[in-house]
Amino acid sequence: MRRWAFPAFAAVMLALPLLPVPDFWITQSIYIGLYALVALGLVLLTGVAGLISFGQAAFVGVGAYTAAFLAVRLGLSPPLTLLAGLALCVAAALLLGALTLRMSGHYLPLATIAWGLALNYTMANMEWLGKYDGILGIPMLSLFGVELGTGRGLHPLVWSLALLAALGCLRLLDSRAGRAIRALKSGSTMAEAMGISTFRCKLTVFVIAAMLAGVSGWLFAYFQRSVSPSPFGINKGIEYLFMAVLGGVGKVWGAFAGAAAVRLTEDQLQVLLPRLLGTSGNFETIVFGIVLVGVLKYAPDGLWSFVGRWLPAPQRRRDWAGASALPRRARPPRGEALLQVQAVRKQFGGLVAVNDVSFEVAGGDIVALIGPNGAGKSTLFNLVTGVLPLSAGVVRWRGADIAGKPSRVIARLGISRTFQHVKMIPEMTVLENVALGGYGRTRCGALRAVLRLDRAEERQLFAEAEAQLARIGLAERAHEPAGNLALGPQRLLEIARALATDPALLLLDEPAAGLRHHEKQALAAVLRQLKADGISLLLVEHDMDFVMGLADRVVVMEFGTKLMEGTPAQVQASPAVRAAYLGTEH
Amino acid sequence: MTGVQTCALPISFGALTLALLQAGRVPGTVWFLLALAGVVVLQDLVNGVRQRRSALRLLAQAARTLAWPAAVSLLAWWAAPRNLPMPAQALLTLALVTPFGTLIYRLAYESLADASVLVLLIVSVGVHFALVGLGLYFFGAEGFRNPSFWDQRFSLGGITLSGQALIIFAASVALIIGLRLYFERSLAGKALRATAVNRLGARLMGISSSSAGRLSFTMAAFIGALSGLLIGPTTTVFYDSGFLIGLKGFVAAVFAGLASYPLALVGALGVGLLESFSSFWASAFKEVIVFGAILPVLLWRSLRDPHAEDD
Repeated sequence: MRRWAFPAFAAVMLALPLLPVPDFWITQSIYIGLYALVALGLVLLTGVAGLISFGQAAFVGVGAYTAAFLAVRLGLSPPLTLLAGLALCVAAALLLGALTLRMSGHYLPLATIAWGLALNYTMANMEWLGKYDGILGIPMLSLFGVELGTGRGLHPLVWSLALLAALGCLRLLDSRAGRAIRALKSGSTMAEAMGISTFRCKLTVFVIAAMLAGVSGWLFAYFQRSVSPSPFGINKGIEYLFMAVLGGVGKVWGAFAGAAAVRLTEDQLQVLLPRLLGTSGNFETIVFGIVLVGVLKYAPDGLWSFVGRWLPAPQRRRDWAGASALPRRARPPRGEALLQVQAVRKQFGGLVAVNDVSFEVAGGDIVALIGPNGAGKSTLFNLVTGVLPLSAGVVRWRGADIAGKPSRVIARLGISRTFQHVKMIPEMTVLENVALGGYGRTRCGALRAVLRLDRAEERQLFAEAEAQLARIGLAERAHEPAGNLALGPQRLLEIARALATDPALLLLDEPAAGLRHHEKQALAAVLRQLKADGISLLLVEHDMDFVMGLADRVVVMEFGTKLMEGTPAQVQASPAVRAAYLGTEH
Repeated sequence: MTGVQTCALPISFGALTLALLQAGRVPGTVWFLLALAGVVVLQDLVNGVRQRRSALRLLAQAARTLAWPAAVSLLAWWAAPRNLPMPAQALLTLALVTPFGTLIYRLAYESLADASVLVLLIVSVGVHFALVGLGLYFFGAEGFRNPSFWDQRFSLGGITLSGQALIIFAASVALIIGLRLYFERSLAGKALRATAVNRLGARLMGISSSSAGRLSFTMAAFIGALSGLLIGPTTTVFYDSGFLIGLKGFVAAVFAGLASYPLALVGALGVGLLESFSSFWASAFKEVIVFGAILPVLLWRSLRDPHAEDD
């Protein structure tokens, strides 16, 4: 059913002008297509990546004004005006993104509001943009010598672009780049640890959203055959966001549902409300505002969820049998000094969380890091993997200083990790989560994903992910949403994901927590197998049976300092360690 | 962001309420306030019936919600045609506009308080949309300009200062000192800060995050209304002017990294100077320059503090 839903919908929308539908509905349908293009960008940006832009209407304005200006004043042809508009949108998005996307939370929304307002005032004040009257007399859109007009002729173009955009978004979301974008919403630490440049990902989404808005603006100019500042104001920007949220943030078809709902009710409300209230004005914003709050409160998944729940969930076809393996890095020789931590120090204000700790991990070693709660073990992990900056000290990886390098660079060098508090994307399947680990070993970007030139690499990636899941004993749950897993299997998922990065050193933060006894034994067997395969392990763990049976060497920390280092037997015999855990006798 | 919007609309509401009181009319704020309180009571009733609370408790709760709005509304209705002196009208305006904060919080935010920043931001957008539309309905599209609180002019070595400017400056400094003392020295202020940093942690320490929310929205509404009163005599205020004024305030706050009141004042002075100079030299580009100015500020902030992580 799902396979036929899209072609059927596309056929109906494209053939609509041929059917005996009144002109009014053709016009409405064009508006819906135009709005859906913009809302699609916001679905990616807000729904999937968790970023907010109030300035999408301004990007629509850039597309529309560029087309109008170039067509009327310079007589350029539609393809050229489209290219110019898109180039301007991309440039503006790159500038705004570069300024704000490195920083957290509210700076992007703020910058987009400022950009939307500034652009709107520019349009309204510039002599050469026609001030408040705008630019009139835009020629009809003609492509390859065929004049499309503004109604039934334009409808197929608008809708084929909108449907292509939707298809492109769906393809993007089901790709290497798309999974990286889906990882953005849950914070950047995990994504960076998988070798993903979250800044570049955010910038990519922002630019894509701006381009979709620019295309919508280009069509808008030829559809209206005039442009003026008012449809590109900040209120319209908010309305686009409203469409995306109403339809269902994160759902590609939600953009269409939201655009249709807003367009079809807007007209009615504009007539109805002033009559009801007895004065004229844009009172539909009252309804939109209240509905927006209501949707977030009572139906946070939006309108599309009411439709989507009746459609069967898409099943990933297992098409990667026989895919060639992804390239592996050469295993470092046994005994080579891999990781050297030298006098590493971390201060949070006056608190010294890690106090001049030194130790080494050699090739093929399993080193355990133990200590009471609050000893600084996880902080040390974060220092080694570049999640936190060092206050002092040196971290060497195979002889080269890696202190201060971003965690994605360290990940690509061959150090991978899991997290004490599991970080995964609950709505992606277990397999997709693990495939995230292969990000750094693959190349295909957003453009190749949209054109489906990435399929061979995708097959390799999924074959690798499946192999790692099988290795860790989670293969039969590969196609479940990761959020369905209990805590123990979630930790296994993280190990599989870390293994998918092809690490030489694996840092495991409490891998056995939440596992049952026989699961722990199975995990220990897997870790021994990893060691036999030439992977070194550094693990933090509280289960002493687990640690002592597994580790070659144990480093004990207490209050941020290294208490001692030795074989499991030496550590167990040490009175100092016993005192740290159990207190001293008096 | 939530702050921008909750501070922004009371600016318009404050200025317009005072203007209508000056004109001897009952301001639309009264009806707006009563309607809002009515809806909150309705919401409480529905929730209360669902949770099977006793009728007595529900009535008491409704009475608590309605008491202040009803009393202030009656007072305003009585006072409007009597042309009271300006300070009395200003106080009445503050009393009318401040309760909007809590009411809006309870209607739109309270049940969503544990949602992500993303959701709260979108909720704020919805609230903004609704309030602007309702503002248009209750106040009309007409703009007002209020008379000054203090008409005196001083000349100080070639610079002319109006009494109004002095009042604005004094009020800003007083607010800065007051807020600083409140947040740094008082237990209630520290509780509010704790809630802002970590809701769950604060709640485990016995701080009610819902009363913290109500309090902060009340403060935002009060400050917004106050700045509306002060700005009313210097410019014509419309039902939706507050948004732009609030945004400019936010631009100023970004200068300060959203964390320091005195620096925010410096930022606000900078924004004001920029606006004045640009309206003199290139009046058509006044707003473009003011909002464009945020770009270099953001650049500076992103270079200075690139690792602002949200996790």
